[in-house]
Amino acid sequence: MKEVKITIDGQEVMAQEGKTILEIAIEAGIKIPTLCAMPELGFTPGSCRVCVVEVEGAPTLVASCVYPVREGLIIHTKSERVLQARRIVLELLIASHPLDCMTCEKNGDCVLEDLAYELGVKESRFGRIERKLPLDESNPFIVRDLNKCVLCRRCVEICNEIQQTYAINFGYRSSKTKVIADGDNGLRYSECVSCGQCVAVCPVGALIDKAAQGKGRTWEFTKVKTTCNYCGCGCNFDFNVKEGKVIKVTSNPESVVNGINLCVKGRFGYDYIHRDDRLTTPLIKKNGKFEKASWEEAYQLISDKFTQIKKESGSDSLAVLSSAKCTNEENYLLMKFSRAVLGTNNVDHCARLCHSATVAGLAQAFGSGAMTNSIKEIADASAIYLTGSNTTENHPIIALEIKKAVTKNGAKLIVADPREIELAKYATLWLRQRPGTDVALFNGLMNVIINEGLEDKEFIAQRTEGYEELKKTVLKYTPEVVEKITGVPADDIRKAARIYATAPTTSLIYSMGITQHTTGTDNVLSTANIAMLTGNVGKESAGVNPLRGQSNVQGACDLGALPNFYSGYQKVTDSQVKDKFSKAWGVDLSDKVGLTVVEILNAAYEGKIKSIFVMAENPAMSDPDLNHAREALKKTEFLVVSDVFMTETAELADVVLPGVTIAEKDGTITNTERRVQRIRKAIEPIGDSKPEWKIICELSQKMGYNMNYNNPGEIMEEISQLTPIYGGIHYNRLDDGGLQWPCPDAHHPGTKYLHKDKFSRGKGKFFAVEFKEAAELPDEEYPFIFTTGRVLYHFHTGTITRRSKGLNEIYPEALVEINPQDAEELGVKEGEFVEVASRRGKIKAKVQVTEKSGKGVVFMSFHFHEAAANLLTNSALDPVSKIPEYKVCAVKIQKIS
Amino acid sequence: MTVKDIVNKYKNKRENLLLILHEIQNCHPQNYLSKEDIELLSKEIKIPVSDIVGTASFYSMFSFTPRGKYIIRVCESLPCHLLGAQTIFKAIETKLGIKEGETTKDGLFTLEGTSCLGICSVAPAIMINDEAYGNLDEEKIGKILDQIREKESKNND
Ligand code: SF4
Ligand code: SF4
Ligand code: SF4
Ligand code: FES
Ligand code: FES
Repeated sequence: MKEVKITIDGQEVMAQEGKTILEIAIEAGIKIPTLCAMPELGFTPGSCRVCVVEVEGAPTLVASCVYPVREGLIIHTKSERVLQARRIVLELLIASHPLDCMTCEKNGDCVLEDLAYELGVKESRFGRIERKLPLDESNPFIVRDLNKCVLCRRCVEICNEIQQTYAINFGYRSSKTKVIADGDNGLRYSECVSCGQCVAVCPVGALIDKAAQGKGRTWEFTKVKTTCNYCGCGCNFDFNVKEGKVIKVTSNPESVVNGINLCVKGRFGYDYIHRDDRLTTPLIKKNGKFEKASWEEAYQLISDKFTQIKKESGSDSLAVLSSAKCTNEENYLLMKFSRAVLGTNNVDHCARLCHSATVAGLAQAFGSGAMTNSIKEIADASAIYLTGSNTTENHPIIALEIKKAVTKNGAKLIVADPREIELAKYATLWLRQRPGTDVALFNGLMNVIINEGLEDKEFIAQRTEGYEELKKTVLKYTPEVVEKITGVPADDIRKAARIYATAPTTSLIYSMGITQHTTGTDNVLSTANIAMLTGNVGKESAGVNPLRGQSNVQGACDLGALPNFYSGYQKVTDSQVKDKFSKAWGVDLSDKVGLTVVEILNAAYEGKIKSIFVMAENPAMSDPDLNHAREALKKTEFLVVSDVFMTETAELADVVLPGVTIAEKDGTITNTERRVQRIRKAIEPIGDSKPEWKIICELSQKMGYNMNYNNPGEIMEEISQLTPIYGGIHYNRLDDGGLQWPCPDAHHPGTKYLHKDKFSRGKGKFFAVEFKEAAELPDEEYPFIFTTGRVLYHFHTGTITRRSKGLNEIYPEALVEINPQDAEELGVKEGEFVEVASRRGKIKAKVQVTEKSGKGVVFMSFHFHEAAANLLTNSALDPVSKIPEYKVCAVKIQKIS
Repeated sequence: MTVKDIVNKYKNKRENLLLILHEIQNCHPQNYLSKEDIELLSKEIKIPVSDIVGTASFYSMFSFTPRGKYIIRVCESLPCHLLGAQTIFKAIETKLGIKEGETTKDGLFTLEGTSCLGICSVAPAIMINDEAYGNLDEEKIGKILDQIREKESKNND
C-alpha cells in the first residue's frame, strides 16, 4: 500500500493510505476518544460522533474511526471546534443517562465518565429525559440496565458477528430505540448463551457482571493473568482479586487463543473457588466416618500403608490416577512418584476415557498423537470436516473460529454427526451417520476420492507408505454399500468427498464422537487416512485436529501420566530411556508397561490392586459401567484421594487430602493445540489446603525419597532436561502467549503445525481398516441407541460447575434428549420423566423432545450424579487404546407416571 | 395460509421480510405478530428472532400484542387535525368504550392514531383495515361502526 505524509496535531507522520485517521493516531500515540468503534475487532460504524476531528479543508468535522487518510491531510484532534462538538455529543448522551456514577459498577472504567471528566461536562443543556426502563435481571450472570445504554451497538455487533448467537439486536425507533433480546424478552428467555462477550465490550454500565456487583470497583482489583481450567481451548483471562478473594474474571485482549472472547464457564464459572464446602483439612476415615487430621498424621498413615502394601504384595499392587485438571508440573511429579517412589508404571488418567484412541491412532499413522494444526488456522481453512464434536458446547471458542471460517471467509463446512448439533446450521452438508459407523463413512469418502482420481498423488508417493493396501480395502466401500451401513445418502457421500478432496486446504476436526468407541483407534486411523490421501497434512489451515476435552489433558499425556510412556512419549520399554530416567531420578525403574484406568479398576475389583492414589479425578462418576467401578473402589484396601471438594470418589476414600483450585497455585497447562501456558497464583490456598505439587513432594519426602522444589518453575527445568519436546520450555519464555511443542531448545520459537516436511515417524502410514459394528447394538429388548456427551454449562462430572450458582441455575438437571417421533411412540412429553435402562443399570431423567436426536437415538450428558449416565454405558474397550465405548450402547425407555 | 406458505410465496428471501410480516399479521385472526408465528418464521427463513423483531418493531404498522379484527386508524396529521380529528377520536372512544391503543372486549375493534393517509381532500379521514372513509362526523362514524357490527353478527349466525 502507498505511504502518505499527513500532519496530526502539528506532528508529521508517514501513514499507509486508506487506513483511518483513528488507526494512524493510535500508532502515533495520540489519543482520540471512541465510544462505538472497536477497531481491533474491525467494527467502526461511525455512529457516535465522539471521535470527530477537524480536517483542514473539509466542510464538516469527520468521524476519525471511518475517515481514510490520504496525502497531505492536516488534522487537528484537539482544536476548540473539535472539543465543542464532542461536548455537544456528550451533552446529548447524558441528557438521558442516569448520573449515578457514585454507585455505578462501571465507575472508573467507563468511557462516558472519562469523556465528561476530560471535557469538563457536568450537566446537559438539553435538560433531563428519564427512560425508566425496568432492570433486566433474568439472566443469572448478567444485569442489563438499559437506562444507561448509549446505543453504541458494540454488544449487538459482538453477539451477532463474533459470537454469532444473534440473541440481541436494536429494536423500536427514535427515542424508544433500545437493545432487545429475541422478541424483547428477558435475556434469560432468549437465545443468549451467557458468554458475556457483550459485557466485555459495553463502554458504560449498561451490562454488568451480576455476581461481582457491589464487591469492588476497577481500581481496587489486582489483575492476575492466567489460563482457564475448564476446557482444552486454553483461553487466557485475568482473575480480579480484592482482599485475597477472586471477585470476577475479565477477558484480556492480549490473549493469543481467545482475544476478548470467553465462554460462560470461563467468564462466570469461577465462583466455586470460595464455596464454603471446600475441603480445608486432611480427613482420615475412622470407623466409616471422616475425621479431621493434621497433614503430618495423614502423610504418616499414607506412607506406612503404601510401604506396607509394597512390601507385602509388590509395587504393582499399587496404582496412581493422575489428573487432566492438574498442572503439567503436578502430572510430571505424580508419574515420577508412581515410578520412582512406588516403583510401578500403573499410572494413568482420564485421557484414557476420552482421547487415548487419538494418542494410539495418530502415533501409529503420523508418529505423534496431537492436534496437527493451531486453533487460529481454522478460520482460514477452505473446507472443514467436523465429526464427532459438538464444538459449540464443548469447545466454544474453537466454534467461533469455525463460524468465522464459514461466515466471514467462505469456507465450506461438512458436519458428520448423528446429532443435529448447532454447527449443522452453518454446514454446506450435514451427514447423519448411524452412531458407530464412522469407519464405513470414511472408507466411503475415500472410495469416491480414489475412484474419481481426486487423491493427491504426489503427496502419497513422496510422503506416505501403505497406500496400495488402503486402496484395496476402500474400493469395497462404494457409496451405495456405505449408505446401507451408515444411513447417509450415497449422493451426499459423493458431494462431501469432492469438497474434501478439492478444497485447497481441508481441516479435519474431531472429538470424542470419534474416539469413544470400541473401534476408536480405527476411527482415528481413518481420519489420518483421508487427510493423507488428500495431501492435507503438514500445511497451514489443514490437518487432523482432535479437540482435547479437559484443560490439561494434552499436558497430562505429554508429561507421562500414562502406563507406557515417560514424559514426552518416551517408552517405558526402551532401555535407553529407562536408563536416562533412572540416572536422573537416582532409582531403579520398571520396564513393564502398567495398567490403564479401566484395567486398574478391574484389577482392584479382583483384589489385585490393593491401593490407589487418586489426584483430582472422579472415576466414581466418569468411568463407564459405574456400578462396577464404584464396587472396585470400595474393594480397594487403601484409597487416597486429593481434591477440592468431597467428590463421589472421595466419599469412598480412606484418606482425603485437600487440594487447591487453579487460582491458588502456579504452574503450566497445555491446551489442545499443544500450547504450554502459565497459570498464576492469585490468592493463598483456602484453609489448610495445599497445591498438589507440594503434597506429592512432601509425601515423597515422608516415604524417604528426596523430592524437593521451591516452586513449579524448578520442576519445569527438570522436565525440559528430560523431555525433548518440552526442551525449550522455561517459565521466562512463557509470558507472551506461551509456546507450542515441539520446542526442543531455548531458542526454538515453538511449532505452529506439525509434520511440515516430514512426519514425526518419517513417512506417514496408511492403515487399511475394515468397518466393525459397535460392541452392543439395539435389539428387541433394548431398542434404543444411547449416546453420551457434555453440555455448555457443565464440566466433566459436575463437581465444580454444579457448585457454581449461575451455571447450576441455568442448567440444573439431567435431560435425556429424545426425537419427537420416538417421544410420541413412547407417549412422553417434554418435561416428563422416563426410566432409561441398559443391561448394566438404570436411571431416571427428564425428557427433552428435540430434533437434535435422530430417531432411535437418545442422548444424555454425564454431569449429574443423581442421573449418572455412566451407570448405563458399556465398558467394552477398544483393543488398542483401551478406551471404553461411551458413545454407543443399547437401552430401553419407559415412561414413569 | 400458514407461515410456511407465506414464506414460500415470497421465495424465502430476506428482502421480502416486510411483505412477509405484513401477510403473517393479516392472516392472524387477532391481527398481530404472535410469538409463535415469529418463531416459526425465524426457523423457515433462517433469520434470528432478535433480527426479525428488531426490524418489525421499527414500524408502527406491526403489533406484538393481539388486536381487534378491525383496526381503526384515525389520521392525526395537520389537515385532519384542523377539521376535527380530535372529535372523531372522541366519538369512536365513546361509542366503543376504548381508548387509543386499546381493543374492544369482543375482539372486534382496535383504535389507533396514524399520520396522513393521503386523502386530505376529504378530511377528517380514517381507515378501517384497508378501507378508507372521509368527510366524517359523529353520525357517519356511528353508522359505519354499526354496519360492521351487524355484518359480523350475521356472519356468526
Ligand atoms: S451474553 Fe453472549 S450470547 Fe448473550 S447477549 Fe451477550 S454476547 Fe449475546
Ligand atoms: S448495552 Fe452497552 S454495548 Fe450495548 S448498545 Fe448499550 S451501551 Fe452499547
Ligand atoms: S472455551 Fe474453554 S478455555 Fe475458553 S473460557 Fe470456555 S471453558 Fe475456558
Ligand atoms: S467512535 Fe467513531 S463514530 Fe463512534
Ligand atoms: S391529513 Fe389526514 S389524510 Fe392527510
